[in-house]
Order: sequence, then C-alpha cells, then structure tokens
Amino acid sequence: MAAGLMAGFGHYTHAIVRGIPASLASEALRSIQAEVDVTKARREHDAYVHALRTTLGLQVVELPADETMPDCVFVEDAAVVCGDTALITRPGAESRRRETEAMKAALKELNLNVVEMTDESATLDGGDVLFTGREFFVGLSKRTNQRGAEILADAFKDYAVSTVPVMEGLHLKSFCSMGGPGLIIIGSSEPAQKALKIMQQMSDHRYDKLTVPDDLAANCIYMNLSNKGHVLLHCTPEEFPESAKMFEKLKDHMLIPLSNMEKVKVDGALTCCSVLLNKKADN
Amino acid sequence: MTTESGADSEAKQQQQESTETQKENPQAAELALSQNPPEQLPPAVGHSTPARKEQEQQEDQSSHQSSTSRLSRSPLKGAKKVKIMQCKVTLLDGSDYTLNVEKRVKGQVLFDKVCDHLNLLEKDYFGITYRDLENQKNWLDPSKDLKRQIRTLPWNFAFNVKFYPPDPSQLTEDITRYYLCLQLRDDVVSGRLPCSFATHTVLGSYTVQSELGDYDPEELGSDYISELRFAPNQTKELEEKVMELHKTYKGMTPAEAEIHFLENAKKLSMYGVDLHHAKDSEGVEIMLGVCASGLLIYRDRLRINRFAWPKILKISYKRNNFYIKIRPGEFEQFESTIGFKLPNHRAAKRLWKVCVEHHTFFRLVSPEVPPKKFLSLGSKFRYSGRTQAQTRRASSLIIRPAPLFERSASKRYTMSRSLDGAPITENHETLMKDSDGARGDIITTVTTEKKAEEEKAEQEDAKETTDTAATVTLRQETKDTEPPTEMVKHQTNISELKRSFLETDGAVPGLTEWERRLSSSPACEAPMIEPLNLQDNEDKMPVGDEKKEEAKATEAAGNLLNCAADFNVLTDGAPVHELQAISPSTAMDDDVFEDGTPRQAQKKTPDSQEEFSEKSLAKLSPGSVREEVSQAIIDKRGMLIILKEAEDREEDKEHLQTVIKARSTSVKEIEAVMEDMCQIKAAGSPKKAMASWVSEVVKAEESEVFSVLSEEMKTIEEPRHKVDAVQEQSETNEAQITLPETTPLAVSTHGWVSSFTSQKTSVGPEQKAGVAVEADAAPADCVHPDEDTVCAKEMPVIHTETKTITYESSAGDMNGDADPGVLLSAQTITSETTSTTTTTHITKTVKGGVSETRIEKRIVITGDPDIDHDEALAQAIKEAKEQHPDMSVTKVVVHKETEITPEEGED
Repeated sequence: MAAGLMAGFGHYTHAIVRGIPASLASEALRSIQAEVDVTKARREHDAYVHALRTTLGLQVVELPADETMPDCVFVEDAAVVCGDTALITRPGAESRRRETEAMKAALKELNLNVVEMTDESATLDGGDVLFTGREFFVGLSKRTNQRGAEILADAFKDYAVSTVPVMEGLHLKSFCSMGGPGLIIIGSSEPAQKALKIMQQMSDHRYDKLTVPDDLAANCIYMNLSNKGHVLLHCTPEEFPESAKMFEKLKDHMLIPLSNMEKVKVDGALTCCSVLLNKKADN
Repeated sequence: MTTESGADSEAKQQQQESTETQKENPQAAELALSQNPPEQLPPAVGHSTPARKEQEQQEDQSSHQSSTSRLSRSPLKGAKKVKIMQCKVTLLDGSDYTLNVEKRVKGQVLFDKVCDHLNLLEKDYFGITYRDLENQKNWLDPSKDLKRQIRTLPWNFAFNVKFYPPDPSQLTEDITRYYLCLQLRDDVVSGRLPCSFATHTVLGSYTVQSELGDYDPEELGSDYISELRFAPNQTKELEEKVMELHKTYKGMTPAEAEIHFLENAKKLSMYGVDLHHAKDSEGVEIMLGVCASGLLIYRDRLRINRFAWPKILKISYKRNNFYIKIRPGEFEQFESTIGFKLPNHRAAKRLWKVCVEHHTFFRLVSPEVPPKKFLSLGSKFRYSGRTQAQTRRASSLIIRPAPLFERSASKRYTMSRSLDGAPITENHETLMKDSDGARGDIITTVTTEKKAEEEKAEQEDAKETTDTAATVTLRQETKDTEPPTEMVKHQTNISELKRSFLETDGAVPGLTEWERRLSSSPACEAPMIEPLNLQDNEDKMPVGDEKKEEAKATEAAGNLLNCAADFNVLTDGAPVHELQAISPSTAMDDDVFEDGTPRQAQKKTPDSQEEFSEKSLAKLSPGSVREEVSQAIIDKRGMLIILKEAEDREEDKEHLQTVIKARSTSVKEIEAVMEDMCQIKAAGSPKKAMASWVSEVVKAEESEVFSVLSEEMKTIEEPRHKVDAVQEQSETNEAQITLPETTPLAVSTHGWVSSFTSQKTSVGPEQKAGVAVEADAAPADCVHPDEDTVCAKEMPVIHTETKTITYESSAGDMNGDADPGVLLSAQTITSETTSTTTTTHITKTVKGGVSETRIEKRIVITGDPDIDHDEALAQAIKEAKEQHPDMSVTKVVVHKETEITPEEGED
C-alpha cells in the first residue's frame, strides 16, 4: 500500500469538546454586550456533542468545564491539529491561556505529536486558522499575530502558510470556513469578501466559494466520513433563514443544522466548540 | 507589500533616474558590449539540436572565413592553441564526473555531454550550475562561452534540476524522474525543501524502496536504514518509522517508488521554489521565491504575498534593485511597480534571470525572441531553451525503450554535504541571516503610471536597458486549462477586441497587450457556488475575455469531439463570414459532427495559394503535400484532417479578428483533443504518433494566432511539424511521414495578411539548416509584412528541430496605420549555388503618395554541415547592405532547422 500525504481532507475519527462553566454567562469574553442563558447554551452544546457522537459516530473526548475559565468551551482556539501534529496555541486573550493545559493533556493522551508555542511574543487563536486541505490561511487579528503564524508555519512545514488581515470580526473563521474539499464558505460582508480576495491571490490552488448572506452563518463544520460521505454542520433556519437556504444547494452533503443562538452571544461559532482529528487505526 | 498609489511625478522621476543610471554605469554597458561584439549575431547553434551535439560542435568549430570577431577565433584558424579544460561536474547522486572540453566552447556543449553521460533525454528541466567569486550559485547559460561565465579555477560545476515540473508524472521517462528524485532528496536533506516529520518518513520510505528494493532483514540487516539520509536532523525515531513503511512496499518497483515519492514531494509548498534574499521597501528582510506559477514573497516562513505570472507585466532590475510591474487589480486604475532590494547587483541580476527563465519555461508556449539586436544595448538575456510545452511535445516523441540504469546506493546520503557543493547554510533559516546589509537606503517603492503613459515608458525602458538595468516585458501566452465557461459575451467582445487591436502600439516585441491572461468564470454545478477566480484571472482584459470565451467554447466542443471513436483532428478552416456569424461552439459542432466518416477538407487552400502565389516561395504545393499526408493518414487510421489556411482577402480588421478567433478556437480544440489522445497513448502505437502530431499542429496554430494578434509582430516563427505517423505500420517500416502544416501568417499595419506556406516533407540524414536573410528596406515609418523561410527538401527521414530568430532594427516599428497601400509591382529573382539558394523578392507599394520599396532576400542554405551559418548570415547581411547602400536592413530572420535523431546517434 502506498502512503500518501495530504490525503483525506475532512476525515475525522475523534473530537475533543469541553463543558460549559456557569461563569460563561457573565465572565466569558464578548464583543457585544448580551445576556447569556447558560441553560440554553448547555442545551445547544449537548445537541452539538450529540450530533458528533451519535449522528456522526465520532469518538468524543469531553473535557470537564472549569469555572475559572469562562471561555473554555471554545476549545478550537487552544489547539490546531493537522495530520498527526497538534500545535498547542498561545491564545491572544490572556485570560484564556490556561485553557491549553487540558487540551495538551488530551492530545498527548491521543498520541499526537504535540508542539507547543513557547515564544512569549507569539499569540494565536485556533479560530484564526483556516486549513483548506492544501494550505493554511492565518488571520492576523486582535488575537493572532505574525509570530504566532510563523510558529504555526514551523509546525506544519509541508504546507504554505499565508497571512490574511482580519479587519472586522473576532477571528478569520468568524466569516468563513471550509464546506468541502476546495470549497470555501464565505460571508458576504465587505471585510469577508476582501479577505477572500487576499486568500485567492495568495494561493496556488483554486477554490470554489459558497457565499452566504450572513457572515456568522459562514462558519460551518465540514467532514468527510467513511460511512456518511460529505457532512456539513451549519446554522439553523431560525437563526439565519437566508443563509440556511444556501446550504441546501449542497446536494452531495449530509446537512445537519445546529442551533448556536446562545453561544454566538459570546462570539462562539460552530467550529469553536470542537477540535477534530483523525487517528488512523494503525497508530 | 501591497501597492499604493504614488504621484505621477514619482513615476517620471524614476524614469529619469533610470536614464541617469545608464549614464552612470558605462563600465557595465561596456561589459555587455565586450561580450557581444557588434555585428556578431548570437549563436543560434548552441541550443537548437539536443540530440546532435557532436555534429553541432563540429559545425561550430569548422567555420570558414569569418567576418566576425568571434568567428575569427575558430579553431581552423587558430588551431595551434586549442585549450582543453578539465571540468568536474558533481552529479545528482553526489558523484563527480570529470570531462574535458575545449576552453572556448559554449555552455551547451558541457551540458549536452553531461546529459549524454547520464543517458538523459528530457533534459530541459535540468541545468548546470557554478559558483561565482562570491560563492553564489549561478546557472550556466548554454548559449554563452564557458570561459566567460566561470571565472574561477578549477572548473567545478554541478548538475541540477532547474525547472521542477509541477506534475512529474507527466515526464516521459523513468530515468528523468529518477534524477528529479535525486535532486529532491538533496533538497530535503539540505533543508531547502522543508517538510514535516510525517513527510520525511514517507519520502524516506520511498527512497529506501527505490534504492534498496524490498524490505529484507536478512539481506539488509537491521541497521540498513541509518546509512541513508532522509532529513536534515535524522533521528532514530524517523528511521524506525521509515522502516515500518518500507516493510509495506513489498513488490514495488524502483520506478513506482519514485513516482510515489514525487507525488508527495510535489505537494510540498516549497517544491521547486527558488529563494532569494531581499528587503522590501521598508527594509524588512524577506525572501523572494521564484516558482512555476510566479513570484512568492515570504517573511520568515510565512507567505505574505504572491504574484502569479499573469499578474506581472514586467520585471526589471537596476543596480541592486529588482522591480516588478503589477497589472492593476479589478478595481484599480493604475499599474504599480514594486521594488525589492537585493544584497547586490549580481544578486538582482541573478534573480531577474531566474524570473525570465521560469516565466518563459512555464508560462509561454515558445521562447521569446531575443530583444532587438542592432541598436540596443543592455542585457539580451532571454531563456532560449525549450519551454515546458515544447519539451513535453518533444519528449512525447521519445521512442527508445526505457533505458536501463543503475540506482546506485548513492554515496552522498552518508555524507552531510549538499550535492551541488552548496554549504548546508543554504537552507531556509540560515539564508535569512547571511544577506549583507543593504546600506539602509530605501528603495523606490511604488510608482503608478497612467495607462496612457505606459507605452512611452516602455519605450524608454527599452532604451535604457543596459546591463545594469534590464527589463523584460512579460509575454502572456496562454496555456490556460481552466474549465469551460459561458460564451455569452462572445459577440459584444468583438468590438472591444477590435478596439484594443487598434490601440496597441507596436513598440514592444513582447505581444504584451495581446496575450494577457484570460479571465475566467468557470461554471459550477451548484448554482450559488462560484469558483473563486484566482487573482490572475480576475483582471479582465477585453482581449483576454474574448479569447477565453473562445477557448472555453471550444474546449467544450473539443470534449464532444473526443467522444468520437476516431481521432478527428479539426483545424478549422471555415471562411471568415461563417465564423463571424456563428458562435464558435456552433461552428465547431458543425465541423465536428458533420459526419463521422473520414474526409478530406481543404477549405481555402486553393484560394490562398493563388492569392499569394506571387509571394509564396514554397517549392512544393502545400495543398498537394497536405492532401497526400492526410490521405496517408486516412489510409492508416481513418483520420480526418482539415487544415487551415490563412485568410487574407479582406483588409478589414474585423475579419482578421475573426480569423484570429477561428484560429485560437481551433488551437483550443486541438489541445482538447490532444489531451485526450495523450491519455490514450497506451503503447508506442500510431495513436501516440498522432498525438504528437496534433501537438505540433497546435504549435503552428498558436504561433499564427499570436502573430496576428500582435500588431508589430512581423514574423512568424515557422513551425514545422513532423510526425512519425505510420512508423508502426507494418508495411512502412521505415517510412515516416513528416507532416507539414504551416501557414505562417504575417500581418502588416497595412491591414493585409500575407500568407506563406512552407512545406517540408522530410529532412536529409545530414545536418540541414536554412538561413534566411530578409533585408527590408523602406522608409523608417513603413511597415512590412514579412514572410518566413521556406525550405523544402525531399529525403528520407527523421525529426527536425527548428529555430527561428528574428532580429529587427527599431526602424521597422509599426505605425498602426490601417491603409493597405497599393501594390505597384512585385518580382522575385532566384539564384542558386551548390549549397545556397538566394531569393530576392522586391515589392513596390504606394501608400498615401509615399512609395515604398521593399527587398527581401532569402538565403536558404542546405545540406552542408560544414557551413558556418553565423558566418554565412553575417556575410549575407553585409552583402545586402553593400548592394543597397541607400536602404536599411530592418529585419533579419534566421530560421534554423536541424534534425534530431532520437537514439541511434553515432556517438
């Protein structure tokens, strides 16, 4: 059998998630003031985990919530996993730095090759990292800086790592995500479209795009599972009726709408709540 | 890194500055001159005949009485001191190959000898490097004397991959892939090609399989793996993982392992990226990476910008600055120029050359004609080897059985030295540090120029090119493979096309305005999913659009065509009016599906022949040859051939446009067909031969298209097409059809098209070359349609390779006048000697009261391998000048044709 690199974009076997602490309601960071109902948020999160575990059959590693880390449910920011390498980030928000500890332990437990970001001048949130299957785009945002992107490039040497300024929104993935191999889902706001332009220019590869009216709706989770085929977890019609319709155009995808009305109040999107990885049977 | 608008004054200032630069650097200009004495034409010999170097050398060395300084140094005259130099070439497996060459030979000779030694046919991807006084790696220019390039002793070189094929699976021979693998292994081990641990294991495992074969603990022992090098920092863990993978490859042949190796290596982001240190306008250390797709800008490991070739209009360097002129973006009005500061002048020049070469190799269909010769100073450097497109075509003709070669347990992997002698410091990290401080002055960053000023600027640029400042305007030939798109805009774009056609000022020989990268908006199934237009395709040029649409339409047609069982090759020759009225796809469909049975269509041929009989120098009737050929093919394969003729009877440019479109249409179509056919080439069967034939036709069509498109383009490189169509047919074991399909098309600003059909049925077994000199004499502002050399010989044979070089004085520039003028008289005189045929063709035309006399001399030298063509050419020019002292030579076309013997070479 021939080994191949960079194959299997969207193939996942495991997901790491984390519970929601009660402190999320009042203490989690947010860009707009909003009242968060923790009970509702937990219900949403349960549905999310249920979809991963039951509907899609992934092995879900659930880390316990920590009341001292109000944002800890957004595990995506704590690590970037690609292939069998996991980069433990240094989140841009100081209050979130300790979130990486539990994540690091979990990834080591899964036998991944763990790389840490020790440079104290570097910051990186996983939410700023868009992996397309062929290359990385790293948003330079309030949370992620050049040095953080450099360390990411060092950790994943096979791939081109291009930087994209994030003018608005929290993270790069606040307005885009992958919807399939070579398919970028992008919001229609001007900053989103500008960022897309930059990505196009920087890339040697061609991408299709699916433009959705709402930026937040552009944050979806794509998977390619052996028994399910293309899977897309996306927003519900209740939240974004126009955008939700757009996903129906993806005829080949198994579509799973997930409500995110509470978590979005603290800038949490769908991708934020899990770290997905692929552990082959032979490892 | 992105561009900002500057004031116009800045732009002017810059121009001024550059003019001053020229004055300030007389020594550099001198250097350029001393390397290229006036009157001396560049040796076209060097790189035109890959498989015939011995003979070539001979020819090179056996010049007769010479009128040029270079020739006077030829060994026949100065035979007393032929200096032999010993060269040591470090090969890709780390071994050294020592050979002797004459001191005065060109780089090509050394390169060819090394390739011979390596048994390598697909050599265009490779090159020879040497270290200069600063220990920097330089590529040996095959067209220049060795001794003028390597100035240190001893003569140590290295053999390296120069152009990394983006898709190595398209290489024809395993041996070529093997050498590419060796290069990449070194790139990996030296750190130039960074990769992850996982990639090191995968690449390492294929290396082991290819070099040692199946895993066999008894034979190999348990520690066999640590003798090999896979990574800059090899660990035991890595070795174990490599071994684990190696165990799973049982039965995999070395060639298969190498294919797997390359499939993985080619995906690495730094694959084939040639890095250069630089600083940006703010003095920030960056790296410039030149690769197949364009220029990449890195800061540390991060890609901070990328300029695809289609996005770059012009590249230049001046002192230690390197500039790229960027096409305006979708919503931008102005072009911008971005400057980078290189460590020194030589580094800037090196980067510039690498860019010129990569752009030509990967982006163009055929190499660019060297810049104007007679009157300009400056670097005449152009990449003159084959382009990727050409080398692919050429290698599809390789018919030798796969050569046996030994994959020696390579010596170098036990050493930590880089194979090209590069200190290991030449890896990514350390490279960043060793660049010297660039004096801190800030480079002129961004200038914007109004479009209207552009042409002037370019002209000025052309003038100011000294060796310290060279500019290349990038030609954008189209090799697009984008998916099909709608063709709605087809009609509306005709007018745009026409307008652009008229607007084009014919000052630059680069066809720039015309060969813009085509924009695209490929279709996609899901209605709302639009493919991203890569940046390069977004800047819509009317012309580009037009052509693109055509291309798309015809690709679609081509696909349909491919469904047909037979290989139907259609080069559409439909009359102008037909094509104007209907959309291309319709037109194509009609032709394609008219009937499925073989037929011969010779649309237009008789007409065209007659119309141009007075000008045509063809000795054979093209029509008949073609008919014969197509007949022959039909007999064998049920082949349908419709060959196209130039369309000229209308002076109306719109018609011309249509012809152009018809042509580009068919080009695309043929490409489509060709692609399919190439896929089918299961065995070296006639099918394969057909495929290569088709590709030749494509070439012909393309050059025609582009020449028409370019208003100032006066000559067409005349493509020759050789097919071994029936090689495998039992009844004609030796017979090979050399299929000519050429209709060089030349356009003058007068608006008429002259068509010359050159036919070549075969070439003799001996060397054969034609040199044509056209001495055009005319008022300076007049324009001439030019025709191409015609050679016709009948002899049994093989492949030929042709090379056309055009030299023009700037006096020949076009004025864009559409007045056709009135032809007063035309006469043709022919004289012959044993080896040369001289045809003098005199045309008199009156245009707006000014009469213009134009004399074309055509000298065809055939058969004699001993003739020094350079000398003959120089002689011819001299004679022409003497005969018509009142006239000026405006153009010289050298058309060289040499044969290629694929493998049964005598050497």
